[in-house]
Amino acid sequence: MRALPVGDDALLVEVTSGEEAQALHAELLRLRAEGTLRVREIVPAARTVLLDGLADPARWAAELTTARVPAVPARARELIELPVRYDGPDLAAVAERWGLTAREAARVHAGTEFTVAFCGFAPGFGYLTGLPDRYHVPRHATPRTSVPAGAVALAGPYTGVYPRSSPGGWQLIGTTDAVLWDHTRVPAALLTPGTRVRFVPVGDA
Amino acid sequence: MTDRALVVVRAGALTTVQDRGRPGYAHLGVPRSGALDPPAAALVNRLVGNPPEAAVLETTLDGCAMRPRSTVTVAVGGAPCPVAVGGRPAAWGAPVVVPAGELLEVGAATAGVRSYLAFGGGIAVEPVLGSRATDLLSGLGPAPLADGTVLPLGAPAGPPARVDGAPQPAPPAALVLRVTPGPRDDWFTARAVRDLATRAYRVSAASNRIGLRTEGPALERARTGELPSEGMVLGAVQVPPDGRPVIFLADHPTTGGYPVVAVVRAADLPAAAQALPGTPVRFVPVRRR
Repeated sequence: MRALPVGDDALLVEVTSGEEAQALHAELLRLRAEGTLRVREIVPAARTVLLDGLADPARWAAELTTARVPAVPARARELIELPVRYDGPDLAAVAERWGLTAREAARVHAGTEFTVAFCGFAPGFGYLTGLPDRYHVPRHATPRTSVPAGAVALAGPYTGVYPRSSPGGWQLIGTTDAVLWDHTRVPAALLTPGTRVRFVPVGDA
Repeated sequence: MTDRALVVVRAGALTTVQDRGRPGYAHLGVPRSGALDPPAAALVNRLVGNPPEAAVLETTLDGCAMRPRSTVTVAVGGAPCPVAVGGRPAAWGAPVVVPAGELLEVGAATAGVRSYLAFGGGIAVEPVLGSRATDLLSGLGPAPLADGTVLPLGAPAGPPARVDGAPQPAPPAALVLRVTPGPRDDWFTARAVRDLATRAYRVSAASNRIGLRTEGPALERARTGELPSEGMVLGAVQVPPDGRPVIFLADHPTTGGYPVVAVVRAADLPAAAQALPGTPVRFVPVRRR
């Protein structure tokens, strides 16, 4: 674990895997809840956790470099099921890349347990990990100017669901009616870092 | 008359509702947002007797015009600009009373980019996650003003400040940004790091509330390949593939995949928000505090 200073009051804590980043995130949330860690933002990402608005960055840089982070038991996390219709315009191309039929590709996706590694891009957009390496797909070279809300998409090691209509370069394999973001709800985001996710096929899949 | 509201007569190029933003939700992908020039927003609030968290209007370059439905105290600050009430010139940088039904006109900035308008009682649109700020990146908060928009006003919290005017910093003729190196300066060549500290940059016209884009020597990467997405801070100097530094402002994305070569001191960002396209920029490396 390496703690890189960011400006005057932030630290970027670097680890070697997504699982470690998730475990570190959980541990930092625990330290904040017990009052040990005073910080404005804790932002997990692919291989890092950012601590922004940190009361004592130098002290934490030293402490985190030597800290041991307990692994988070996967079962302890909340599981959310998202109903999905595998009807995306890129499903056939993704299936072909995987060497499967569209129906088999949908089964692979629905048979995977995902974890929200981190959020970004838009409020409520979660980067979901869980698909094995052989199913990773590239983004489109030219992003679509408009991707509909609820589109279930793939890019690199990640699966994501577009919370609202926006431009986007991911491969679209399905659609969900789940409300990913509702600012009147607590929490506003359905998918928060650490949440487990399963896609449940509905309709003809 | 108890109808405390403003009718937008001329929205201007881009006028948004802003306050101190919505920090604390970056992990959900929510930008902090808020006024790009926080000292200017705080000052106009103080001039009309508002608490610092009251929502104000932020204009961009060409001002705006409003007609209040009830008599209200207003103060205009930030970028200097002409102010008129009922067609007659009125004070900038000081509390001014606008009678019910009279037209308040805020003209184009004569220097700087963003003027701020505070109204007694504050703009009282419904908050989203604790803030009334318009966030242009993710579309949270009220939409940018349009002609005919009606904005509710809150009840005044206190009397306007008893001052004739308040000193405000002039918009920068040249922008000097103190930066602390890292966290990804090792992704750039030694020459690129030296270029950032010594060469001349200019503010690009492509700047907005998300980032201040610059024109100047492209910073050369020492490492190729992709950086996995990581959390981004306000003031991060992110370097996209074209090599031109972008300084992240209030509506910046909360995570990003381009390396951050340095971070601008927060105290220098209000001036960055007032720097016109073409303004010379210098990055001055400073030690971490």
